[in-house]
Amino acid sequence: MSDVRNENNLVDIKNLKQYFNVNVGFFKSKPLKAVDDVSFSIKRGETLGLVGESGCGKTTVGRTILNLYKPTSGEIWYDGKLIKSPESIKEFRKKATMVFQDPYSSLNPRMTVSDIIAEPLDIHNMYKTKEERRDRVLQLMEYVGLNSEHASRYAHEFSGGQRQRIGIARSLAVNPEFIVCDEPVSALDVSIQAQVINMFDELQEKLGLTYLFIAHDLLVVRHISDRIAVMYLGKMVELADAETIYNRPLHPYSISLLSAVPVPDPKIARANKRVVLKGDIPSPLNAPSGCPFRTRCPYAKEDCALSMPQFKEVEKGHFVACHHIEDVNA
Amino acid sequence: MENKMFSAQVDLDDFMPASDKEKEYMVQMRPSTTFFKDGVKRLLKNKVATVCFFIIVIITLAAIIIPIVWPYSYDQMLGMTPGKPVDNSFNNLAPFKYGRSEMRRIANGETVIPHIFGTDAQGRDYFIRVVYGTRISLAVGFFASIIVLIIGMTVGSVAGYCGGAVDLVIMRIVDIIYSLPDMLMVILLSSVLKVVMEGALDGTVLAKIGSNIISLFIVFGVLYWVSMARLIRGQILSLREQEYVLAARAAGAPGKWIILKHLIPNCFSVIIISTALQIPSAIFTESYLSFLGLGVNAPMPSLGSLASDALNGITSYPYRLIIPAIVISLIVLSLNLFGDGLRDAFDPKLNA
Repeated sequence: MSDVRNENNLVDIKNLKQYFNVNVGFFKSKPLKAVDDVSFSIKRGETLGLVGESGCGKTTVGRTILNLYKPTSGEIWYDGKLIKSPESIKEFRKKATMVFQDPYSSLNPRMTVSDIIAEPLDIHNMYKTKEERRDRVLQLMEYVGLNSEHASRYAHEFSGGQRQRIGIARSLAVNPEFIVCDEPVSALDVSIQAQVINMFDELQEKLGLTYLFIAHDLLVVRHISDRIAVMYLGKMVELADAETIYNRPLHPYSISLLSAVPVPDPKIARANKRVVLKGDIPSPLNAPSGCPFRTRCPYAKEDCALSMPQFKEVEKGHFVACHHIEDVNA
Repeated sequence: MENKMFSAQVDLDDFMPASDKEKEYMVQMRPSTTFFKDGVKRLLKNKVATVCFFIIVIITLAAIIIPIVWPYSYDQMLGMTPGKPVDNSFNNLAPFKYGRSEMRRIANGETVIPHIFGTDAQGRDYFIRVVYGTRISLAVGFFASIIVLIIGMTVGSVAGYCGGAVDLVIMRIVDIIYSLPDMLMVILLSSVLKVVMEGALDGTVLAKIGSNIISLFIVFGVLYWVSMARLIRGQILSLREQEYVLAARAAGAPGKWIILKHLIPNCFSVIIISTALQIPSAIFTESYLSFLGLGVNAPMPSLGSLASDALNGITSYPYRLIIPAIVISLIVLSLNLFGDGLRDAFDPKLNA
């Protein structure tokens, strides 16, 4: 990616790496490369969807951006500032928040809804009087469509969708600009998913939010995202506009991933060719050399084992990491 | 309405749209209950635990109030009146018997409070000694448990939350203390502390409590926090992986905030239960230490030392051993059963 900073970018991630040490046997540990050299930017006001199969490092990317894990290396730039020093992280926490996947474990069962929603306000001392705090909580509950009578209740009294709304209200409490949504709808059933996703859309419009939307449901991502990034085994393999990715994916992994999306019309579904990959995703502990996808890639050649393909811009705004794009799309 | 074949025979005129008022009437909000209220409700359903709770309350109130209103005191030898020869008729009185001077007062028409459990070899009212001993034992049990709770909770939550090297060092210290034979350590520590503290306490408030009880507290503080620390560390290790902890960290909460606001409130049930079960074990330890002569200082009774003293006259006065033994058993049993009831009521895993 170009080093010239774009004024429109809210978040710039440069060569982000996140390795975890995993114990293998006594006194021996091995790095697990959860995220390996990932670079991308998120434009102000857009929704970037991040997809990939389980264990490919999507969640780790989201959490590392928010500095919940200290990155092994790489830089996170937010609004032109490097997020590294404790002060910058502290400021950053008021601007970037997170919505979690599991609405059951992400709310403390010992706290009332109003305490949960106001927790970020309490932490940052963002109110002067009790009334101010209460008013803000009621306002947030109204944003997410919760009844104000629910403020003094406990989280276990709510359904999954309502709990997720509480989680979203909490993430909005500090008036953030950027929200990392870590599979916010995957634990909900389909009718509730639609409600929550539309709410995300409405909130974005109303509050001018920027989302990093992590999910593995491709249709959900397509619906909400402006651009989509595809990850495989800790690396980003493709990044483009949502429609481009859906209509003309270039990386063999994206092609296979998208061919798995169910289509409602059986006629079209029958006509579509399903690209089935052989084998399983390799363990990130022993990732293949060179291109991580070569072990399952139908187009793999010798040079794929030698070097990791660069993540390069093949068309305007369409980034792909593959040595043989021409062969794939011939 | 005439009967039609394939009809449900329902008169549609019976169905009216509900008015807003009626709709409102139908909406029933379940009253909000807290975790604590739920637990208390379940606890009250458990009859054994409720009875035990009342026994504990009655014994505690008795131990506090009776020494204030009772005319005799625990160290008053009834046969000794200044300026008069010792009246031996007060020694070793059987229950509800009176000494010589008291007989005279009764003959004169005065009322004399009876010695319900008789008197001991020095002519001291045995009932008040048992009550006072209960007071001491309960106080020791209660305060020792609080000391254990505070130390164990602090160390355990820090070890559990910080993890890594901090956890490793703390838990190895815990392992070392755990591996010491605790009865031997208690006896050694209290006999050493007894000598060390003897002189140091003179003239301070603590002197009244006695060096032995203080050393008992120290022994508890040093030795018995380990199991509490382990328990809480284990709880916190699993709780800190919860997403709400991550959410608090994402909001920028410092470690202290997370421990106090999220982790400790969520292991409250474990803390309450193990403290309730710690009290009887502390009472028990105090009793056997007193029984071995390492407990409370001489004139002051405790249930253990009363039982120990009673051994001398066990053939003639067996009730002097039986009474404190029953009181110890009653307290320990009630607290244990109450603790069990608390666990059943508050353990979230058992909740349906």
